[in-house]
Amino acid sequence: MLDFVQQLVSGVALGCVYGLIALGFVLVYKATEVVNFAQGDLMMLGGFFAFTFIGMLGLNYWVGFAGAVAAMAAFGMLAERIVVRPILGYPQFSIIMATIGLGYFLRSVAGMIWGTDDFKIETPFSQGVLRLGSLVLAYDKLSVIAATIILCALLYLFFNKTTLGTAMRASSENMLAAYYMGIPVKRVVSIVWAISAAVATCAGVLLAPITFIHSNVGLVLGLKAFPAAVLGGFGSIPGAVVGGVLIGVIESMAGFYLPEGWKDVAPYLVLLAVLLLKPEGLFGLHVRKKV
Amino acid sequence: MRFLFKTDYEDDIRLFPHSGYVVSYGSLFAVLLVAPYVLSSYLMSQLVFVCIYATVGVALLILTGFTGQASLGHAAFLAIGAYTAVYLQQFNVPFPVYFLAAGLLTGVIGALVGFPALRLQGIYLVIATISFAFIVEEILARWESVTNGNEGMRVKALSLFGTAVSRDSPAFYFLCLAVLVLTIVGTLNLLRSPTGRAFVAIRDSETAARSMGVNVALYKVKSFAISAAITGFAGVLFAHKLSFISPEMFTLQLSIEFIIVILIGGTFSLHGAVLGAIFIVMIDPFLTYLKDDMPGIIAGVAATLGAGKERAAHIQDGIAAFASLNGLKGAIYGVIIVLFVLFEPLGLYGRWLKIKLFFQLFPLYKRATFKRQKIYVKSERNR
Repeated sequence: MLDFVQQLVSGVALGCVYGLIALGFVLVYKATEVVNFAQGDLMMLGGFFAFTFIGMLGLNYWVGFAGAVAAMAAFGMLAERIVVRPILGYPQFSIIMATIGLGYFLRSVAGMIWGTDDFKIETPFSQGVLRLGSLVLAYDKLSVIAATIILCALLYLFFNKTTLGTAMRASSENMLAAYYMGIPVKRVVSIVWAISAAVATCAGVLLAPITFIHSNVGLVLGLKAFPAAVLGGFGSIPGAVVGGVLIGVIESMAGFYLPEGWKDVAPYLVLLAVLLLKPEGLFGLHVRKKV
Repeated sequence: MRFLFKTDYEDDIRLFPHSGYVVSYGSLFAVLLVAPYVLSSYLMSQLVFVCIYATVGVALLILTGFTGQASLGHAAFLAIGAYTAVYLQQFNVPFPVYFLAAGLLTGVIGALVGFPALRLQGIYLVIATISFAFIVEEILARWESVTNGNEGMRVKALSLFGTAVSRDSPAFYFLCLAVLVLTIVGTLNLLRSPTGRAFVAIRDSETAARSMGVNVALYKVKSFAISAAITGFAGVLFAHKLSFISPEMFTLQLSIEFIIVILIGGTFSLHGAVLGAIFIVMIDPFLTYLKDDMPGIIAGVAATLGAGKERAAHIQDGIAAFASLNGLKGAIYGVIIVLFVLFEPLGLYGRWLKIKLFFQLFPLYKRATFKRQKIYVKSERNR
């Protein structure tokens, strides 16, 4: 039983990271209906920025964290301006390919700048554990869970309660109509990319004590975040996090109870099952086909 | 300028619309036939890879270009073809039998993937095919009794009608070329048949296709099966060419390379598959050339432009260091993909058509001829 709870907690912590990356997918998808295949790589880059600020320049953890988030938000805007804006309105496939290309580029350039070693960031939560009876919970995992809940709540409120959030949802539905209604669609898309890069950075920094940062981490985790986003229903913010947590728990349980090999495949089996049985996901909207 | 007057349907669907095609393709074919006796063995080897990649490119074009179903899982089909061939080869099954068996099995699996894919659109389909490829990769690594796991499998030399065909021999090149040509001719025939027309109709509008009486589900599964089977054939050749296969060869990276093949070549014509394959395969020798010769050349140019000896050596070292940077290939890949998506969405073949039209219509060519329409109402989700 204790093993089970221990696995559950580490699964939830890992799942929260998937959830945070999936959150980035969902944000971009909600606003522009495209999927950013470079989301994982944005996370990786955010982690490296934070590493540079904290580990190499010796800044305070929180200052470095904020600096990395700000820098990545700017970078997200830049990436949107250069890569995405010229092809908005073209078929989804073009944008998928463009973001795959962006991911390739970021991965290689990060490898060139920071090398291919693993990096670790010293955080206030790296040390120490919380003991509840005989249950041992590491602070770094708890910090991931707490940060995910906070970010998710903030973003949910932002999308549903603020004018800007409503504008984003409107431009997702129909860019042209949103534009006619006076919504500055281009700026909205740009802000969405900034937010999603910032969220990715949070994921990268929180992840650093758990799995370390290296130039391929984005690819590995980004691909695991797809099942999370699909399970939650692409386009639902709480769904992304719930999906991420479910995938994390499933992976961790499969690693513990099933023979070797199932751990890596389990998320994708779940993904295929979800796509077959309930393609709109757990929280997605069911869209009726109109002719 | 040549005007073609078509008087009946037969004229319209002819494989060679006029004699110019026979001349140009005939001479291309003649060049390809003498190539192994002229080119160096390294370039020959690259040419074999061009044939294999182009075959996969054609397969992917049938599915993605003509039926409109994107797939990022074709490395898995290639792997299934390769592994089937190598497994059967262990039991001394003759080449023609295991070649066909590999294609057949891959086709059946492709159809099985096609069924679930019926319910999926756009990104969901992409994600599903990625997952399928991951699962196949994992099975190959774990099913050790058949695939020998991560140790990989050695591939024995191909033996055709009792004679051994080495993977570097001209005969093997001719085999790959024959497979490619047969695939292309077969696909061209397919595309002018009712099946091919149905594929294109599904790509353009599923709703319209269905209302015209096209059985969308059937044709999508067919498209998946055909595409997978051709990839399986290519997989057999791929295994023989590499002479060693292991699961980590057939990763997402390879699937992306295949997509890049058709993206760079152009997704609307079979020419695109071949041009894209040439591009992707030749990028490696090009980078090696860049690494080995470029620093010297640029330093030489700098020296003639008046840079001192020390300065020139400095430049040479700098460029050599840049060219041998780890991961330069990945960065170049990324930049190429983005540039093609942004500036040349029709690919290399599209560029060729534009140049051709420019000279045909000179001086009346207009850029807007190839302008694509932007659609800001996102209807792909509830199409």
